[in-house]
Amino acid sequence: MDLWSSIGIWVAAFLTLSIYSVLYRDNPFYRFAEHLFVGVSVGYGIVLSIYQGFIPFAWKPFTAAMTGESLTGFIKLIPIGIGLLFFARLSPRHTWLIRYPIAILIGFGSGIAIPNVLRANIFEQTRGTIEPFAAIYAGTLAGWGIFEAVLMVVGVVCTLIYFFFSTEHRGPVKWLSKVGIAFLMIGFGSAFGNTVMGRVALLIQRVDFLLSDWLHIIQ
Amino acid sequence: MNMDRRIVFILVALAVIIPMLLSVNLPVSVSEPTQKFYDYVESLPAGSTIMIGFDYGPSSLAELNPMAKALLKQCFDKDIRVIGMTLVVDAPTLVSALIQEVAAEKGAVEGEDYVFLGYRPGEIQVMLGIGTDIASVYDTDYNGTAISEIPMMQNITNYDQIDLLVDFASSDTVESWIIYANVQYNQKIAAGVTGVIIAQMFPYLQTGQLVGLLSGILGAAEYENLVGAPAKGMQWINVESFVHLLIVVLVIVGNITYFIHRSREA
Repeated sequence: MDLWSSIGIWVAAFLTLSIYSVLYRDNPFYRFAEHLFVGVSVGYGIVLSIYQGFIPFAWKPFTAAMTGESLTGFIKLIPIGIGLLFFARLSPRHTWLIRYPIAILIGFGSGIAIPNVLRANIFEQTRGTIEPFAAIYAGTLAGWGIFEAVLMVVGVVCTLIYFFFSTEHRGPVKWLSKVGIAFLMIGFGSAFGNTVMGRVALLIQRVDFLLSDWLHIIQ
Repeated sequence: MNMDRRIVFILVALAVIIPMLLSVNLPVSVSEPTQKFYDYVESLPAGSTIMIGFDYGPSSLAELNPMAKALLKQCFDKDIRVIGMTLVVDAPTLVSALIQEVAAEKGAVEGEDYVFLGYRPGEIQVMLGIGTDIASVYDTDYNGTAISEIPMMQNITNYDQIDLLVDFASSDTVESWIIYANVQYNQKIAAGVTGVIIAQMFPYLQTGQLVGLLSGILGAAEYENLVGAPAKGMQWINVESFVHLLIVVLVIVGNITYFIHRSREA
């Protein structure tokens, strides 16, 4: 292992221990590591955005158009110009100009997203909820599959009733919405359990790093 | 009754360190979503192309790197070409190192068996741009080589030449890929995600919008098991089981103590 790799491992080990030291109590090592992380993350992000975003999409076409190298680059001057209007916010007299890039972004975003989101999240999900019943009718779904299909529809209907506020939740509506709450709680419990699994995995990875790469206790 | 929470921290630390030092091995079964993912990749003939979105940063590396590594091994073993890319700004260095590590192990050649395109800003624009022409979004790869000069990219223009898109994600990028690449371009998609967002991914699996799904470190362990290359995923899921056991015990003990305390007060 070369010197730089060794230095990197020692720095990473020091910062890992510094971050975990907050579990005992707040201390200068933790704050140093936290501030360093924020600074490095922001700096790294800015540099990479410039080199992989600004330069290939704005600077290169702009200079190519200006030097006459690629006249098609002139067409890119239009979005570059519109993008530059975001900086109008820095001048109180010209702040109103920022409305144009925002309007274009919202218009583009809504236009491209609404039909696709409806299809992906409403139509396809509705189809997925109903389709198993077609399979039951066709005789291709049996036993546990039928139970799952019915349970899914009960869950969807009851949860939707819980979020239906146009009528007072009394009588049957109240009980159906309570079943909806039960489904929601199971969903939240599942999400929380998976979150715990994910967070523990982060700890395991850092401990693995300390025991293997740093201390060489395990392979 | 109040217990110093640092005792819980120490117990969790011991539950991680002791099984790790003892190298405990517990059996790992394979769940249906992972099996579907594996079977789909296995069904692809040699020479197929998979695009992998490495949409995670260092904070999610623990869960997603093992599964990404296992998939790369499977692809290189089957002569499936890999196009790597990312929508996360702090991912390129880590991803580049990961691909090169696996490629060196499997003897894969850059530019012929795999290419890493790097990062481009603008999530939706990148997804839609790849549908039209990859070169309109990525004129060069991560190393600065022009796309037109990369041998394996000669016959790859857009989603039409990509047999499967896999997104390893720690945020909502999987949903965006489904909304724009699957709905708009009918692109087949599989995903490997962190435990935090797995619950919201299952509806897409049920409808077939995802052809397979890997769930956090468990999914990574299962996939390593299927690929026949046990590594960090298999090691860590064993340790994870001990921590889960400890958490269950702590929850039970905490509840019993609470009810005893409440009955005494009453």
